[in-house]
Amino acid sequence: MSESNSVGIVKAQVAHFNEPLALQSGAILPQYHLAYETYGELNATKSNAVLICHALSGNHHVAGRYSEDDKYPGWWDNLIGPGRPLDTNKFFVIGLNNLGGCHGSSGPSSVDPLTDRPYSATFPVVTVEDWVESQARLLDYLGIEQLAAVIGGSLGGMQALQWNIAYPERVRHAFVIASAPNLTAQNMAFNEVARQAIITDPEFYEGDYYNHGTVPRRGLRIARMLGHITYLSDDVMGEKFGRKLRHGELKYSFDVEFEMESYLRYQGDKFAGEFDANTYLRMTRALDYFDPAKAFGGDLSQALKHAKAKFIVISFTTDWRFSPSRSREIVQALLDNALPVKYAEVTSAHGHDAFLMPDPHYHDIMRAYLEQVKV
Amino acid sequence: MKNANITNIRPDFALITNWVRAKTKVLDLGCGDGTLLTHLHETLDTTGYGIEKDDANWLEALKNGVDVIQMNLEEGLSGFEDQSFDTVILSQTLQAMHNTETIVEEMLRVGREAIVTFPNFGYWRNRLQIATGNMPVSKTLPYQWYDTPNVHLCTIHDFDEFCNNHHIQVIERKVITDGEDVHVLPNLMGNLAMYRLKSNHT
Repeated sequence: MSESNSVGIVKAQVAHFNEPLALQSGAILPQYHLAYETYGELNATKSNAVLICHALSGNHHVAGRYSEDDKYPGWWDNLIGPGRPLDTNKFFVIGLNNLGGCHGSSGPSSVDPLTDRPYSATFPVVTVEDWVESQARLLDYLGIEQLAAVIGGSLGGMQALQWNIAYPERVRHAFVIASAPNLTAQNMAFNEVARQAIITDPEFYEGDYYNHGTVPRRGLRIARMLGHITYLSDDVMGEKFGRKLRHGELKYSFDVEFEMESYLRYQGDKFAGEFDANTYLRMTRALDYFDPAKAFGGDLSQALKHAKAKFIVISFTTDWRFSPSRSREIVQALLDNALPVKYAEVTSAHGHDAFLMPDPHYHDIMRAYLEQVKV
Repeated sequence: MKNANITNIRPDFALITNWVRAKTKVLDLGCGDGTLLTHLHETLDTTGYGIEKDDANWLEALKNGVDVIQMNLEEGLSGFEDQSFDTVILSQTLQAMHNTETIVEEMLRVGREAIVTFPNFGYWRNRLQIATGNMPVSKTLPYQWYDTPNVHLCTIHDFDEFCNNHHIQVIERKVITDGEDVHVLPNLMGNLAMYRLKSNHT
């Protein structure tokens, strides 16, 4: 992808909401704000809006750069831009930071206007359902009645699915990528280990570390290291690192011996320096709690009974955290409802991370589908 | 474009169209680029899905606007409810399937009717090539023995017996050669067999 197809320099915006939001937990957020970015132009009939729902560690900065010398572009930049698969010459693309996030939307690290101090641990636990509710309000704020498409991978795919349950009439196309209708016990177990790493960090102070001048770095770092292991496939780790030694010979110590360790430590450190631990706890909980079939005795088909959109479901062969079989459950529920659905199982070595990679076939699929979306 | 599409359509596709009712629900197994489903939709206003394993074909089917599911037919049709389609089609793919019995059973589980078409190995030109000492290579069997995807070739007689042994009712059978109906000695004179089937159990 050449930089010439980039959306270019972008700027984040913030929308304030004063109407209280009743959360699934029973808690009420009296007011809140959402950070968002947009790319492309909203057309006159407002029929070309595409909402991007982010995953665990994502945010509203989906594409472009904040300045010319910005080191990294947005997290899904390879997909979005003029001439890219999600073509900003055609679509008006919206990215937002979900509630509870740590990149500009109301969340544990943002200031509670009622106390003038960070919400800290008092920020409520939010769910996928709550997010979709707040996203719907953002659309209202932007004057958009209906989305041409909602697109999400992983936890974002869960939001894309939820849109069709909560607001079926507001979605024409739904992209559910590398996702699942709920988490398996094994998947939730990884989340629990990640949370325990954070919660048991002495610097965590029951989530009130902002007021203690500390950051539970060690916990966050371990949580991220664990996450990274599960986002990659065994094959890709083997290919990338194998048993390669960091120093060419064994040191008989517990410092970095293997390249793989160096990679995990780097990823852990980087993440611990830029992400908020309380947000991480909430994002993993949102993953755990999502289970739209639960209210229907485990019947996902019933949960999606009122869906109206056309769907495309995509999975990746080596993704073991959100395996193809979980995507097929979604496809089955859509078939049961005789809904239009396309399902691709993309051959990729990259595990769960594959959904963010510019694999040519994957991007051909995205491009071909999006070209058919009428605006 | 639309007319060109119809006149250029494979003869077996045109005949399959006669066996599908308007506004019904169709599942096409091994749908390729979706030509048949598109044709059925345009001429009969059918709805339904295609199943395709191959990446390139899958993408072409998507571009043709087909609701295409990527899966391997050898694993059956799990995910599809019993009797949820009016017609399930398997056109010129049976001979390349390893799990032949399973797929036919699955077709009749999922569909009220099934349409199966395959190249007739009993066609005289095939027999002639065998008699002269070579594996048959023809328009319907365009592969050499070493690169053929076909693993379960059969004759019309064989398939009749198969249906009989598996309690499958043959609603209609059509045998064609180069698009023309064959009525005399079909197992010898026909190169393409087309069956319209239903289960005797339902």
